[in-house]
Amino acid sequence: MNAAAPEPKANMGQPVPRYDAVAKVAGRATYGSDMPLDNPAYAFLVTSAIARGRINGFDLDDAKRVRGVIDIITHENAPDLKESKLFSNGGYAGTTIQPLKSADIAHDGEIVAVVIAESYEAAREAANRVKVSYTAATPSASFDSPGTTKAAAKGQNAQFKEDPQVGDFAKAFDEAEVKVDAAYETPTQHHNPMELFSTSCVWMGDDLVIYEPSQYVYGLKNGVAEQLGIDADKVRVVNPYVGGGFGSRGSMTPRTAIIAGIAKRLNRPIKLVPTRDQGFTIATYRAETRHAIKLGANRDGKLVALRHEGVEVSSRADPYCVGGTKTTTRLYACPNVDSLVSIVRADRNTPGFMRSPPEVPYMFALESAMDELAVKLDMDPIELRRVNDTTNEPIGGKPYTSRSLMGCFDEAAKAFGWSQRSAAPKSMSDGDWLIGYGCAATCYPTQMAPSAARVRLQRDGRTRVEIAGHEIGTGAYTVIAQTAAERLGVPLEQVAVFIGDSDLPPGPVAGGSNSTASTCSAVMMVCDQIRQRMFKAMMPRQSLTDKAKETVGIGRTPTMQAAKSDRTLDLERAFDALGVGVIEEYGEWKPEGAPPDSFKAMHSGHARLVGGAAMKDKIAYAFGAEFVEVRVNRFTHEIRAPRLVGAFAAGRIMNPRTARSQLMGGLIWGMSSALLEATEIDQRTARYVNDNLADYLVPVSADVPGVEVILLSEQDDHINPAGAKGLGELANVGTNAAICNAIYHATGQRIRKLPVRLENIEV
Amino acid sequence: MRPFSYQRATDPDMAVQALSADAAVDNPLTRATVQPLAGGTTLIDLMKLDVMRPAAIVDINPLAEGWSAIDPGRENLRLGALAKMSDVAAQGEVQRNYPVIANSLKLAASAQLRNMATLGGNVMQRTRCPYFRDVSYENCNKRNPGSGCAAMDGVNRMHAVLGVSDQCIATYPGDFAQALIALDATVEITGRSGTRSMPFAQLHKAPGSTPETETALRSGELISAFVVPGRWPRSVYLKARDRQSYEFALSSAAVALDVQHGAIKDARVALGGVATVPWRSREAEALLKGQTFDDGLAERAAEAAFADAKGRQYNNFKIALGKRVVARALHRAVTMEI
Ligand SMILES: Cc1cc2nc3c(=O)[nH]c(=O)nc-3n(C[C@H](O)[C@H](O)[C@H](O)COP(=O)(O)OP(=O)(O)OC[C@H]3O[C@@H](n4cnc5c(N)ncnc54)[C@H](O)[C@@H]3O)c2cc1C
Ligand code: SF4
Repeated sequence: MNAAAPEPKANMGQPVPRYDAVAKVAGRATYGSDMPLDNPAYAFLVTSAIARGRINGFDLDDAKRVRGVIDIITHENAPDLKESKLFSNGGYAGTTIQPLKSADIAHDGEIVAVVIAESYEAAREAANRVKVSYTAATPSASFDSPGTTKAAAKGQNAQFKEDPQVGDFAKAFDEAEVKVDAAYETPTQHHNPMELFSTSCVWMGDDLVIYEPSQYVYGLKNGVAEQLGIDADKVRVVNPYVGGGFGSRGSMTPRTAIIAGIAKRLNRPIKLVPTRDQGFTIATYRAETRHAIKLGANRDGKLVALRHEGVEVSSRADPYCVGGTKTTTRLYACPNVDSLVSIVRADRNTPGFMRSPPEVPYMFALESAMDELAVKLDMDPIELRRVNDTTNEPIGGKPYTSRSLMGCFDEAAKAFGWSQRSAAPKSMSDGDWLIGYGCAATCYPTQMAPSAARVRLQRDGRTRVEIAGHEIGTGAYTVIAQTAAERLGVPLEQVAVFIGDSDLPPGPVAGGSNSTASTCSAVMMVCDQIRQRMFKAMMPRQSLTDKAKETVGIGRTPTMQAAKSDRTLDLERAFDALGVGVIEEYGEWKPEGAPPDSFKAMHSGHARLVGGAAMKDKIAYAFGAEFVEVRVNRFTHEIRAPRLVGAFAAGRIMNPRTARSQLMGGLIWGMSSALLEATEIDQRTARYVNDNLADYLVPVSADVPGVEVILLSEQDDHINPAGAKGLGELANVGTNAAICNAIYHATGQRIRKLPVRLENIEV
Repeated sequence: MRPFSYQRATDPDMAVQALSADAAVDNPLTRATVQPLAGGTTLIDLMKLDVMRPAAIVDINPLAEGWSAIDPGRENLRLGALAKMSDVAAQGEVQRNYPVIANSLKLAASAQLRNMATLGGNVMQRTRCPYFRDVSYENCNKRNPGSGCAAMDGVNRMHAVLGVSDQCIATYPGDFAQALIALDATVEITGRSGTRSMPFAQLHKAPGSTPETETALRSGELISAFVVPGRWPRSVYLKARDRQSYEFALSSAAVALDVQHGAIKDARVALGGVATVPWRSREAEALLKGQTFDDGLAERAAEAAFADAKGRQYNNFKIALGKRVVARALHRAVTMEI
């Protein structure tokens, strides 16, 4: 065991190395644009230089003269595509803005032409030579621009169902002994996954194969089929590996159907690899948000009133919003709560899911305000959380299925050395550097979605698991293999896992951190079907005794505990009794509370996530606590975060190695979202200016010298058979608040707007 | 990117000949159709972005044998233009006698870039102004003379506050050049009629009304070496930036002092990240010379350095920041152990 492979505690699996580690390190893992194609043509996009207005026309002469150019597609000759509804409103699409439909431009960087050529180089050169003439109108860039409209989220976005409220907030706040009333802001951010937003489309007769990084192969397959007006069975999406997603690949982007349509017309495979800057506008992003928080408390720290108002930016066309009040109104015990989420429409591309979409901005506001409250109360911020810790959420009174928030605070505080902190701001320093310690809570809803799986077991123990899940770098292959190996009692090396292909049994969207819980629960169920068949074969006549059922795990909640304690099957005997060499089982699993149309929706690529705050009689979240040391240079005001410590509890930890890796990445991203990451928008033109990885800052290794992850042991039998809470999006929540809280401690200055840059420090 | 022809230089004469193809242009960096290629870490980027569109490039790396020496003599330090940033930063005598040079290089870019990039290419690197680097913006006087300046009232946090004009406020982004200008370096230039030298301070041109003209190099000329007179063991390079590594300066200071018996005999102050060209502050130097150091003096010198600074909406902070960086760099230089 070493730091990368933590010793498993109770209710944790083994920290086995990644299933795909060698393939990735050796460069053998094939990503979308690595797939060899037979005689492909290459596409290069031309995107708009204005955010609002019309195209007057194109001058394509110069471009067409480039040797190797096959065709240039604009709205004047584009394939006719059908519309697709927004993902958040029951469709597949991340945006309903469909480029190449007309001369109108709805946002910066909208696709206005696609050059097709014999080589990537020729396509790129010709694209550089395409001249577009526009009539530009003045766009609205963001919150403060003239011409935006604002309306409540409820009623326009089907995924945003309620503005949680309870008690009488106004009265309680009015009468509260101690109050915080503050406004917070978070910036525009882009996912910037390493793998670009490529797509390759290959037709074989009427059948289409798409090689593309996707976090939802069933959604993409059905969405593209809908846009092309063909049967979904004719479309297959393949992506055994995805080079990062972070939410950007959960919904369909317009590029895929466009390229598929052109490939069909041309009768030739087409490969598109857009540029990094095009990725900023042809896909989604995290929109900027604003928050007004009001907290009222008694002198002893008990919250009596909480109000969270959030405002988010979306496009003119789509009412996208993340609406994190469902989390922030339920985190702490508080009898009087009010909330409101609104959407401001501007001339922008439609935003979308980005790692912990609601929690990153909304928890920043709440956890900053909690720290402000602790300061006003002259109370340790950990104790403030303890005073307001609760077993039941305050809005509907539903119990948390398990909640280790304070356990996380205590463990992380110990590891971090919180007791060494002198509470007064500006009281700690080291040479040129002011030192600040800060902390914040993190949480993420535990979500599950219906999932199918097919498992095949051979007499020699070799096992094949098939499920249209997604390896977005999280370790999906690994935990699925571990689950099957444990459940069937075969060695891990004997298990082969196939995911990332829409010809496999449908799996869930790799979003909302539901994948591990959902796919592993499905795999467990199907493995149990195999066990049952074998057991029945061995005991053909007798009805099973309870003892016998117990032995093979039938009729019990098939938790991993059960699987572990089971006696292993005697495979030889079982196969003899069955008289076959191979057993294959297919099954469809759905979580408790899943809607009746779940299985149908699963096949048609509609995600049906359940869990979190939306469950009927309970509420399920994973929790954590994060501590940071911040250093602020007295002279340059540079801000660094040399130490990040987080403790997390997330039900069963399937693999402490891959879990730690996710959580470590999350802490680093959380720091980044506080200090570095922001997409700069030119307010006059509504265009993204720093749309590249040199100017859009992400941390380098020197920025994160110390990151420590502590995994708490937690068991939760009320969530899903796997007993797992999603943790992929757990650690990058709360870090931004912890950083600002630490900056306050270092400097005495409260910063409520992200990212914090050296010019924001006044010491 | 557009098609271009590629040629390897066999010797300096051949390189110079090839680069003289369009002898008439007065501003080869922006106008010449033939460009020299060193490490390529600026040039290839700009070609991919379609900002630079040379019809031909001449790879000068084969000249490295004669042009990459690091030569610390008794009187001066001679650095070949094709020496790699990483090699110069790691050289013992450079580290000992010219810490400002070693650190300006070490704190620049990333290890991979420093291994590729040459000193000549480094001083010739072009601005990171995002509007300059994105050809979809029409209005950039530097790229498209007379078209206006998108940065002036746009996203200009990284832009310059010194040496600006109403035509262009693009920052000169490099670090090493601040060390050279502070130390009174000369630049050795090889052209058709042999070799000439000029003060490094004259190499770069402030934007004025012709922001497209960035340097005094003439068509067919190559930088072959830099010569730094004297030794400056008491020298520092301080760089303030958004992240701990791999990031351009928001503000930097190259400071070199000659302190004898408590008095500042000679002082050199240059500023990076805040000016349109490598920037030497004679005003700050004048205040420092002959004085005894204290923090008040450092602050007055810093004030003087930024007396003419002009900020805009998002980069105004650089004036206050720059002053603190200069004062701190002076303090470090005075207190450093040598
Ligand atoms: C992401 C990123 C971060 C960076 N961060 C920093 C930083 O923090 N600090 C910093 O200082 N730099 C930084 N740089 C810039 C980097 O240092 C320069 O790109 C590099 O030094 C250029 O050297 P090169 O040899 O690769 O030049 P090239 O790209 O080969 O050439 C650059 C230009 O100079 C011309 N040229 C090259 N050699 C000569 C010569 N001998 N005579 C005349 N003209 C010549 C070329 O024609 C070209 O126009 C960064 C670059 C990148 C991409
Ligand atoms: S600052 Fe200079 S380089 Fe930048 S847009 Fe203006 S003119 Fe162009």
